[in-house]
Amino acid sequence: MANKRIVITGTGVVTPLGCNVEEMWRRLMNCESGIGPTTVFDASTFPSQFSAQVPDDYDHLADLPQELREEHKLAGRNSRFMIGAAVQAWRQAMLPLPLNGDEPAIRSERVGLYLGAGEGPLDFDNFIAPTVEGWNSETQEMNWEIWGKVAKARMDAIRELEQEPNMPGSHLARLFRITGPCMSCLTACAASTQATGEALEMIRCGDADIVIAGGCHSMIHPLGVTGFNRLTALSTRNDDPTHASRPFDKERDGFVLAEGAGAVILEDLESARKRNAPILAEVLGYGSTADAFRVTDQHEDGRGGIAAVQLALKDAGVSINDIDYISSHGTGTAENDSIETHVIKSVFGDQAYKVPVSSVKSMLGHLIAAAGVVELITCVLAIRDQILPPTTNLTNLDPECDLDYVPNQPRKAPVNIAMSNSFGFGGQNNIIIIKKFSE
Amino acid sequence: MPKRRVVITGIGLVSALGESSQDYLKALWENNSGIKRIGAFDPVNFTSQVAGESPALRMAKLVPKAHRKATKLMSRDIELAVVAADDAVRDAQLKTKGTAPEEPADIEPTRSGVNIGAGLICCDIPELAAAIQNGTENDTFSYGKWGREGMATLTPLWLLKYLPNMLSCHVSIIHDLQGPSNAVTCAEASGLLAVGEAFRLISNDKADVIVAGGAECKVNPMALLRQCLLKRVSTKYNDTPEKACRPFDSQADGTVVGEGAGIVVLEELQHAQKRGAPIYAEITGYGASFECGPDYVAPSSQGKGIALAITKALAESKLDPDKIDMLIPHGASVPSHDLGEVNGIKTAFGAAASKLPIFAVKSRVGNCGAGAAAIDLVTAALLMKHNKIPANLNCDQPAADLNIINQTTETELNNVMTSCYTYGGQTAAMVLSKI
Repeated sequence: MANKRIVITGTGVVTPLGCNVEEMWRRLMNCESGIGPTTVFDASTFPSQFSAQVPDDYDHLADLPQELREEHKLAGRNSRFMIGAAVQAWRQAMLPLPLNGDEPAIRSERVGLYLGAGEGPLDFDNFIAPTVEGWNSETQEMNWEIWGKVAKARMDAIRELEQEPNMPGSHLARLFRITGPCMSCLTACAASTQATGEALEMIRCGDADIVIAGGCHSMIHPLGVTGFNRLTALSTRNDDPTHASRPFDKERDGFVLAEGAGAVILEDLESARKRNAPILAEVLGYGSTADAFRVTDQHEDGRGGIAAVQLALKDAGVSINDIDYISSHGTGTAENDSIETHVIKSVFGDQAYKVPVSSVKSMLGHLIAAAGVVELITCVLAIRDQILPPTTNLTNLDPECDLDYVPNQPRKAPVNIAMSNSFGFGGQNNIIIIKKFSE
Repeated sequence: MPKRRVVITGIGLVSALGESSQDYLKALWENNSGIKRIGAFDPVNFTSQVAGESPALRMAKLVPKAHRKATKLMSRDIELAVVAADDAVRDAQLKTKGTAPEEPADIEPTRSGVNIGAGLICCDIPELAAAIQNGTENDTFSYGKWGREGMATLTPLWLLKYLPNMLSCHVSIIHDLQGPSNAVTCAEASGLLAVGEAFRLISNDKADVIVAGGAECKVNPMALLRQCLLKRVSTKYNDTPEKACRPFDSQADGTVVGEGAGIVVLEELQHAQKRGAPIYAEITGYGASFECGPDYVAPSSQGKGIALAITKALAESKLDPDKIDMLIPHGASVPSHDLGEVNGIKTAFGAAASKLPIFAVKSRVGNCGAGAAAIDLVTAALLMKHNKIPANLNCDQPAADLNIINQTTETELNNVMTSCYTYGGQTAAMVLSKI
């Protein structure tokens, strides 16, 4: 059996730089920043007081047919982003919303789903109230009787259920009437790249013909920001938020927390052809590895990252000389950017200096679980328009970061094959390679 | 290229019936229940006050020296996974960095992966509360004060205890598993979906060995409250805990939360044979599907998704329904869910459904969330080795005309199926066959 070819037939995003692919791309080309003061809660005394939020006027129901809206009204913040991104991708792929008997070529059990979905944001005020009321600061003990009483009165069944990480996928499966395999994974900042890669495997092994893949996340809530601030992972450049995300720059001081979602439709080429669906790119290969080193740090030699890139190249059947562009993980933390640079140099050797590498996190911030798929979509667009998105805020190169990072303005360049890198806390490494489609 | 065959060579299980699969098995034969009144916190103001709590775990003894410092970063969910994984790797007689640090490993790290299903990990509320007290003004939480003073009192690496991929990550570090690494988060179906994905990866030559399964602690005030709010938990049996979880019984009134982990070592057949490894069973069929109602909680009363997953798994195994010697279903003990499951089983098994012996694990250990379906799978592998089906507890007046086994029954177990679903609608089934 010849290997199946898998293509991308739809893309969609909800991001701080726009809630559709074209707007996001235009603004990335304009080097705009999606970063500003945090307004979803009062972060004015937090070490990091800014983030990249999805615009307030985003309405996840606006694009849905009236009769499909009801059961998604109470979706969690992350699921709302996911619905918007997924519906765009679904429509671009010319799939019926919802799947129905009118198009017998598509059987709902042959359609699958694989998301790298973050948990929904905590219902913070209602979560914290019983914790404060039940706590005895003298004995340093919780009075569970009080906690239980207050919690029961304040918390809501649906708001709690919506925090479960499988719920974004559940909303999509209900919305589109998918009955095939529906997976969610949450491998930290690599999750949606992982999900897209596993979706590729799902089609390859015959479990589905069409898979909606991607991810969503919002950790812009008090404990999310607290957690990252305590890890000293976030930039604290409070006086200049739009210049805070500085991947590969000497003055970088951490990443900028963002939120949003991205979705791609992966499809067996034969299925796409049968439906005359638009073919946006071909997915060539995927690599997934673990550093197996420490939960706190990446391996200093980047061993897991190197192995993942090598696996992806091998899986794609291409060599280092074939890669025209690398969309880096490029978070803007001291550790990530130097190790990622080292990973690229280790695999590409001298060729590393000839391959442009950029980080759209400089403009979008870090969408955590959703980051990878949004970045993959920028690779699809780079291939479409033969132009590379820049790394903005790159004014003083770190001597440890000496590659071509496409600084500060987009660049016209031939892009046939692009690679998208994602790395996650705990040592998750996920790489995807895509190619301009040709018969 | 023919697909590679995948076998289970090791199992690990932590549950309310003990820290090891040996303890668990013994309790199964002795008809013991692990469900008791909750001891981890005072549940007086919760509608459901019973749970399957696992014993205290000896982390310091078990985790190799090189990684011992990191035990401080292990939430209960992570501990459960680490202990069960250790059990499974030893059971498979594998030498890894974790089980034999001084000896050469008999796995190739880059061809060895991990995929442990995880839940929405709940934070340790007293730990958080102690920090939060520094962020309150007049007994009310203040964002301003929390940002200025409070948050600094929270331990710096706090977040790392609660990332769902940390179950897989700690296990990958301890045993040096540098290959494909994932963390499936599909609520109560996570454990089986993780093993299913690992099965596909090995079968398609992406790895030779994968440590897979699931773990979760649902015996946490937040996790229990969520289930109470959904009205999915038993409330009538708070005074008789061991009677509370009653899958497929007409007096069932809800599920019972539990905590536990089920982990298997999956291995490519020749890889296992070459090193003379013990083999429990081969995975011969797997199917996944989706279905839930508009409330996002219950399967439909017809159990269409469950039927689809079972049908897919049967088709891949090329077995007729009457060749399945036992089914371990999800059996949540939620009446409307059990009904959907019964109808799904009947649809998929047809005429064979009424004779199919059924054992519902949750009647013994409760519902361990992301660990539940993996515990079911480990149980299936374990029972195949002993050719014996334990008794379901509490199914006194079956609500369905299925063959719910009510006393320990010796029978040849050549092909066994496990199936699961979850709130949210993710559904899976798997067939294990003797080699």
